[in-house]
Amino acid sequence: MAESIAAEHEVHHPALQHHFENMEQQREASTLGMWVFLVTEIMFFGGMFFSYTLYRWLYPEAFASASNHLSLPLGAINTGVLIFSSFTMALAVYSAQTGKQRAQVICLTLTLLLGLTFLGIKAAEYKEKYDTNLIPGHLIPSRPFNPDAVHLLPGARKENVEIFFWIYFAMTGMHAVHMIIGVGVLSVILFFATRGRYGPEYHNPVEISGLYWHFVDIIWIFLFPLLYLLGRHLMGHGG
Amino acid sequence: MDSSWFKLAPEAASTMAGKIDALYFYLSGVTLFFSLLIFGVLIFFVIKYRRRSPYEIPRPVAGSHRLETLWTVIPFLIAMSMFVWGAQVYFEQARSPRDTSEIYVVGKQWMWKTQHTTGQREINELHVPVGRKIRLIMTSEDAIHSFYIPAFRIKADVLPGRYTYEWFEATKPGTYHLFCAEYCGMNHSRMIGSVVVMGPSEFDNWLSGNAGQLAPAVAGQQLFQSLGCVSCHGANGEGGRGPELAGLFGKQVLLNNGQTIRADEAYFRESVLNPQAKIVSGYGPIMPTFQGQISEDQLLQLMAFIKSIHIVNPQPSTASPSSAAPTSSNTSTATPVASPVRRASPAQR
Amino acid sequence: MESFEVPQPSKVNYLNAQYGLKSWLLTRDHKRIALLYLGSVTFFFFIGGIYAMLIRLELLTPQSDLLSATTYNKTFTQHGIIMIFFFLIPSIPATLGNFLVPMMIGAKDLAFPRINLLSWYIYIIAGIITIYALIAGGVDTGWTFYAPYSTTFSNSYVVLTGLGIFINGFSSILTGLNFIVTIHTMRAPGMTWFRMPLFLWSTYATALIMILGTPVIAITVLLLAFERLARIGIFDPAIGGDPVLFQHLFWFYSHPAVYIMILPGMGVISELIANFSRKNIFGYSFVAFSSLAIAVFGFLVWGHHMFVSGQSVFASMIFSVLSFAVAIPSAVKVFNWTATLYKGSISYDTPMLYALGFIGLFTIGGMTGLFLATIAVDVHVTDTYFVVAHFHYIMVGGTLLAYLGGLHYWWPKISGRMYPEGWGRFSALVVFVGFNLTFLPQFVAGYLGMPRRYATYPPEFQVFNVLSTAGASILGFGLLIPLIYLIWSMRYGKIAEPNPWHLPGLEWRTASPPPTENFLLTPIVTWEAYEFAPPEEMEVVGTVHRGRHARSDVDAPIGENT
Repeated sequence: MAESIAAEHEVHHPALQHHFENMEQQREASTLGMWVFLVTEIMFFGGMFFSYTLYRWLYPEAFASASNHLSLPLGAINTGVLIFSSFTMALAVYSAQTGKQRAQVICLTLTLLLGLTFLGIKAAEYKEKYDTNLIPGHLIPSRPFNPDAVHLLPGARKENVEIFFWIYFAMTGMHAVHMIIGVGVLSVILFFATRGRYGPEYHNPVEISGLYWHFVDIIWIFLFPLLYLLGRHLMGHGG
Repeated sequence: MDSSWFKLAPEAASTMAGKIDALYFYLSGVTLFFSLLIFGVLIFFVIKYRRRSPYEIPRPVAGSHRLETLWTVIPFLIAMSMFVWGAQVYFEQARSPRDTSEIYVVGKQWMWKTQHTTGQREINELHVPVGRKIRLIMTSEDAIHSFYIPAFRIKADVLPGRYTYEWFEATKPGTYHLFCAEYCGMNHSRMIGSVVVMGPSEFDNWLSGNAGQLAPAVAGQQLFQSLGCVSCHGANGEGGRGPELAGLFGKQVLLNNGQTIRADEAYFRESVLNPQAKIVSGYGPIMPTFQGQISEDQLLQLMAFIKSIHIVNPQPSTASPSSAAPTSSNTSTATPVASPVRRASPAQR
Repeated sequence: MESFEVPQPSKVNYLNAQYGLKSWLLTRDHKRIALLYLGSVTFFFFIGGIYAMLIRLELLTPQSDLLSATTYNKTFTQHGIIMIFFFLIPSIPATLGNFLVPMMIGAKDLAFPRINLLSWYIYIIAGIITIYALIAGGVDTGWTFYAPYSTTFSNSYVVLTGLGIFINGFSSILTGLNFIVTIHTMRAPGMTWFRMPLFLWSTYATALIMILGTPVIAITVLLLAFERLARIGIFDPAIGGDPVLFQHLFWFYSHPAVYIMILPGMGVISELIANFSRKNIFGYSFVAFSSLAIAVFGFLVWGHHMFVSGQSVFASMIFSVLSFAVAIPSAVKVFNWTATLYKGSISYDTPMLYALGFIGLFTIGGMTGLFLATIAVDVHVTDTYFVVAHFHYIMVGGTLLAYLGGLHYWWPKISGRMYPEGWGRFSALVVFVGFNLTFLPQFVAGYLGMPRRYATYPPEFQVFNVLSTAGASILGFGLLIPLIYLIWSMRYGKIAEPNPWHLPGLEWRTASPPPTENFLLTPIVTWEAYEFAPPEEMEVVGTVHRGRHARSDVDAPIGENT
């Protein structure tokens, strides 16, 4: 009684999933899906941005002291690395849209490498915190938090420095987790790109991966000034 | 209390209780009215318009913007009436009047410790006289608790690291429930007690019968010495290397960053536990912190002492040893000699 | 025009298209996933119900004689956690929503079927972790997990339970994401926004709340876990942390969460009222927009849980006035539902009985919310049984009744069988009576001052507790009956026609149970949401004319009263 739907179809793109009517609908749905997902990510990070705002307002000097202790060169390099990786990602999307397969692979590979570079530099920063006992609380039982390594600006209280560091680790840690996921996603995309899967008729996965990657970049662009650039102007003045 | 199965409200034993009950009955009346209205209309329609034949299709009824507006605006106005009336009562409830006597409350798992400024300490009980406005200054030693007296219709959470307040004026002698109303662990439901409201002479008797405990202000004065506060603030809070403390509470204080704040309990507490947070203008950041060296009870005693210090004359260096005079803001009595005084002198802020 | 004939039950439908465990556990069919959810959600409801029974048994007497205080504290905590996170939040969206959203818009499935299945697995994993935590020793912080008790003083499985809740949040988020994208991009030709059944509007509004609110509880639970594990001091006053910050973060999600719990129920009620009185919902667009209004305003009122927490008078005032505002859209719905019945053709079938019960009980529950929005009164009744009664009126008198009503209404579509109508009506009545007897006395007990979360209480409150427990027994009995007859009907129930209620909705224009792809041909919608017509004009899509590509034959206007 039920006729097979497939018999009624014209030849369609192999990537079309059958619950969609056509590729256009599929593309629209997956793009909207990624945007909605990014909105949930904003809310997720939002809770931490709120906590940051609250505690910075309460303890400005402690925050500035702790922020000064972070490595500005490493943070700045990382920012540059990530912004550049967004550029290469955009190039990868463009290459996919215009059917340039070799360019796709090169740009995706570059993006991946830059992402890994970011994570490597982050690991180095974290290692330094580990060595100087700046990991909050008793997360590392053998190295409980000790703010001595941080030079305190006038008005800063030692105890409040720990709050900065848990916010620092929570936010950059969450960000790093998202980067790792992004690296995973891009690896998959790269794999399929090398097989020539993406071209002008079908490049939506590259686009939406690009959306995700840009989002992770934007979060960092907010984190960098809020965490690294707080009290720099005080550094030269007995700070 | 055992005929309470038909009682709808607890005893109304405070000045605010009746006002809250009135509001409650208004809300109940409106709720009852609309519930009966909706129920009634529903039942009426469901019977009158019941299906009479299996496939009948009624004629569609056009919507009505007028009706929609009506039943949006009217509920909104009713809701606003509730808000406005509730807000008026709430303002009265939230702002303690000026002429209150203070009682300190410390909650901890799983008991309430109360202390009168005349020194009497109680556990899980609070004796108060009829007709006196009382302000509770409360804190917690551990988790969040909540100090709830149903007969007075008051409740406020008590938090660690902070002071919270509520006030009441009891109107009817009797014994009333005191409950902890914020879940705090195993014996939360046993963190209960009684508030005993007494007539004035009865209360005096109770006070004298329970005297012999150090008034918090006296204990505070001893702490003031033993903790070394006198070395910077002077034996009677006249100041020196540290700011003057006489008449501190309620004063506007100029800080070294140009800000001006009002000195209240929270400021006092922060100054003892984290003195670097706010430095008074003209003074250096030399005060050490007493975090970890002083308990909540002791903080309250210190506070009571500071509140009791009265400026005798403007020159700090000629302050007399007995500068702690009976009058001060918001305390019924704070003389080093624990003599129960019934009423607070007219308050000066 | 073909004459209407009662079609034979489909030989091939989504239930028998494939057999075997693998075909169910690896399915991408939204209808099968809905059934997977139906089973699991019922399981968790049962667990939560057992905890409820223990609570009510303990509270029969003032002393803590049945359970020790700690056990009682764990019992009410776990009752709350299981019921809220594992029953109420998923119930209607993940069972009825999953089943119906594609059908109501004329699609073959949701936008992301594999993510839909992933949602269910995440839910199951979260459930396993949470159940394990309960068995291992339980958690005793209250479902609200207030710091610093939960971070510093509780000796129970806070982190493990928190992990379960954290993971469960992603199930919610992915379901919401799926619904939003589906409703935006996969509506059949002709299905405009304002031709959608109101169940879809409510589901859409619910999905908005799910994706915006749930991430916040996720981060809150994460911070709570870190505080507890690493003693960092986020909410610890000793190093400058603020315990009230926890409350803000927690309630920022948990208040909108209650709208996640009630909005789908309201959507179901719109369907029941319209369809069982054969009339278009009065004020359709007002009801549709009120769902969106509730979703938006719902994010602005969280502070009404914190009036006595030490927050400022100013903040409390703002939250109070906004809390009154959020009640208005709900009132608008109640009036519109009532007006729909005017000059309708009302049947007394079980779904309609549940819908009528909902309207009455939701009115009471909603209006008692106004008491809580009034700060002066809230100061007295917060953290008492008044609040407990208020939210149970909405959650049980509201959501649960709507869920049962919807389940009965769509049962023929889901299972291909009818439930026994006599038993349906009987149990609806028993549930209604039992429910009111359970929770009405609690309003009185609350205003009299009985605090909540008390294992032992002063004797003068006993009479209310006895009444309440009696009611709970009746309620429990009333809820067992549908469990039995619904399962029974899957094998022995009367076989249902495709459209047993003779209704115009798209989900009724296909076989009962539907084929895996829902419709044999893509429907083209030319009729409004609740346009009723004689049965012969409401053909099953695709069975009348076969072999035609893309255009179906249901594009002729239905009836003359368009």
